[in-house]
Amino acid sequence: MSRAYTRFLLGKALPHFWCPGCGNGIVLAAIARALAAAGLSPTEVVVVTGIGCWGKADDYLNVNAFHGTHGRALPIATGIKVNRPELTVLALMGDGDCATIGGNHLLHAARRNVGVKAIVVNNFNYGMTGGQYSSTTPGGKATSTSPFGNPEEGLDIARVAEAAGANYVARSTVYHAAQVEAYIREAISAPGFGLVEVASTCPTYFGRLNGMRTATDMMKWLRDVAASLNAARDLSEEERRRRIVIGKFCDRRAPDFNQRYEAIRRVARESGFNPGVVNIGR
Amino acid sequence: MARKRVSVTIDPRLCKKCGICVEFCPKDVLGPGRDGVPAVLSPESCTACRLCELRCPDFAILVEEAEDGERT
Amino acid sequence: MAREPDVRYLQGNEAIAEGAFAAGARFFAGYPITPSSEIAEIASRRLLELGGVYLQMEDELASMAAVIGASFAGVKSFTATSGPGFSLMQENLGLAVMTETPCVVVNIQRSGPSTGLATKPAQADVMQARWGTHGDHAAIALCPCSVQECYDLTVMAFNYAERFRTPVVLLADEIVGHMREKVVLGGPRGVEVVDRRRYSGEPEGYMPYLAGEDGVPAFAAPGGPSLGRANSSMHDETGFANNTPENATAVIRRLHDKVYNARSEICHVKEYMTGDCDIVLISYGATSRAARAAAMRAREKGLRAGCLTLTTIWPFPDEAVARVCRRAERVIVPEMNTGQLIGEVRRAACRPDVVGLNKFNGLGIDPGEILRKIEEVRT
Ligand SMILES: Cc1ncc(C[n+]2csc(CCOP(=O)(O)OP(=O)(O)O)c2C)c(N)n1
Ligand code: SF4
Ligand code: SF4
Ligand code: SF4
Repeated sequence: MSRAYTRFLLGKALPHFWCPGCGNGIVLAAIARALAAAGLSPTEVVVVTGIGCWGKADDYLNVNAFHGTHGRALPIATGIKVNRPELTVLALMGDGDCATIGGNHLLHAARRNVGVKAIVVNNFNYGMTGGQYSSTTPGGKATSTSPFGNPEEGLDIARVAEAAGANYVARSTVYHAAQVEAYIREAISAPGFGLVEVASTCPTYFGRLNGMRTATDMMKWLRDVAASLNAARDLSEEERRRRIVIGKFCDRRAPDFNQRYEAIRRVARESGFNPGVVNIGR
Repeated sequence: MARKRVSVTIDPRLCKKCGICVEFCPKDVLGPGRDGVPAVLSPESCTACRLCELRCPDFAILVEEAEDGERT
Repeated sequence: MAREPDVRYLQGNEAIAEGAFAAGARFFAGYPITPSSEIAEIASRRLLELGGVYLQMEDELASMAAVIGASFAGVKSFTATSGPGFSLMQENLGLAVMTETPCVVVNIQRSGPSTGLATKPAQADVMQARWGTHGDHAAIALCPCSVQECYDLTVMAFNYAERFRTPVVLLADEIVGHMREKVVLGGPRGVEVVDRRRYSGEPEGYMPYLAGEDGVPAFAAPGGPSLGRANSSMHDETGFANNTPENATAVIRRLHDKVYNARSEICHVKEYMTGDCDIVLISYGATSRAARAAAMRAREKGLRAGCLTLTTIWPFPDEAVARVCRRAERVIVPEMNTGQLIGEVRRAACRPDVVGLNKFNGLGIDPGEILRKIEEVRT
């Protein structure tokens, strides 16, 4: 292991604690490479994690780090970013963290367009607590709390983030590792809220309970179930729902929260901080 | 154009023997080795595509290129 | 340099906001709730002016999280709420304790449980301020009883938060939050402001949780030469997870002791006519105003009553309470709840005969009620 990106890794903490074939390590490497490619130094980067298997990622990253509470990585990251816009702030969350217990924060971080970059590892279940179903577990799939199949439908994280107003949204899988790195790099350089969702392997629970006995089985599934945005356009609605659509969902340049807040500060200053004299069309 | 020499090294202390690199190497360079740690079976076929390194979840693979003749 | 006193006529909530800004707060995150919303409204305007940031979050979980994030980034930060919101903040209050992130949480108490009497005062979050978040931890909570104290204790809350690197709760109530009084801002020599100790050594040597002699670690903000690290999981001085029993014992002990060992500094009380009193009224917040008026009226009737007003309720001022109770024949604890802090008084004074005066109907306790209680217990 000797590459430019290793300055972002805590080599002495390896091997990491994740299971053999767990996709988390693939995403961790992609993040380190993307940070190096962006020309950043570790002191300029803050990583905020939630709780979960993926939430342990900060243990292996040589950057500023805040290991927070389950579901709250985004508001913690928001508090950091709005006050220190010069820092690159990444929120690393599992699907449970980001879309289930923290789902409300996802909507509002995207709507607020705060310049945090969410790197979501979606392994379709709660790895840390033993493979229970998550808000992204597809309908019908087996988990430790849906042994006969999940009665609920899974949430499409990327589309939700796009609809809620994120500037940059992309989705890939750990099978497409080079694409993951490219998307993270783009998200880092784009203004405003960015989200990269990475469909991943949890061979220990989701794979094992759903007929994929090995990590390579899970990787094959990801390879075969993935459909590019282009290819997905030709699929029926029904078929599309069975696939994982990968690609760049949006890449907008709308001003981020801090830019808009500073614009409002200028208006307020011109008014002598007297809301009574500001004409905002009321 | 000078031919590249490629060296693929696998760190047995980091490898967790998941088999991903072996399964998805497009050139079948890698194969099962002793104790389950993959072995580099046909280095001459390696195109240095780095897919194995990118997909290794455990930072165990390093793919390095050098000009022909140079030792890495 | 001495300045002209800045005398104003303010609402308690306004004084709290101004106290926060005087203490150096430059970030507020909150979710509106009666009877605390004025603080958010003022912060939204004043922070633009002061170069800070106001954020209205999606809920109080997020508010507390954002406040912690801001403070981790090196900016003094606070939030304000009331009962239902305070409940939602409990999880991340614990996060601030564990990560040793300074911040101030203002709770303008209203009547519960749940939505309860949403606009009416209560003092029923006393135990929640102490034990609301899970796990063993120390707590600091201050109770203002006047608009002046709303200002002064908010400054004090920030100073303790910074000094001990812990969350501090300003536990006010609707009566104090909404009353208007004269208040002197700044004081003749300005406000005394404490800032967290910053790490100034070599970046390689920085350990985010290496405590000083006072049990408090030095802070390094991200973006500087040293890498900042905060961890909600059990960790050692490096900031990385360490789950050994020895380490857990040391960390929980230190988090507790850094506050408890400074009790003589943190615990403030006010005494009125306690020198010779036979009956002592122990109270806090708005209720202590009624207690003082009642003691005065009792004196006019020839009953020697006195008051001990608790400015700090957590850590509980054991020493002052025990001392005053030792001299008094009868002890009365009036509070706007069914009897919360009275248990602490009984414990500290070793006196099961302490009497409560409890009201929980959304109305404040008035001096007449306390006077009647005094007359009732004196025999
Ligand atoms: C408030 C709260 N509820 C529940 C938990 C228990 N818990 C820890 S991690 C987790 C789920 C993790 O799933 P996910 O976020 O998808 O990450 P993964 O482990 O799959 O990487 C749960 C339910 C917790 N830590 N906090
Ligand atoms: S349980 Fe699943 S998500 Fe967690 S480390 Fe193992 S494979 Fe990865
Ligand atoms: S992908 Fe990495 S961990 Fe898995 S078998 Fe290959 S070298 Fe080992
Ligand atoms: S670099 Fe490409 S060709 Fe070479 S071993 Fe790795 S996957 Fe196979």
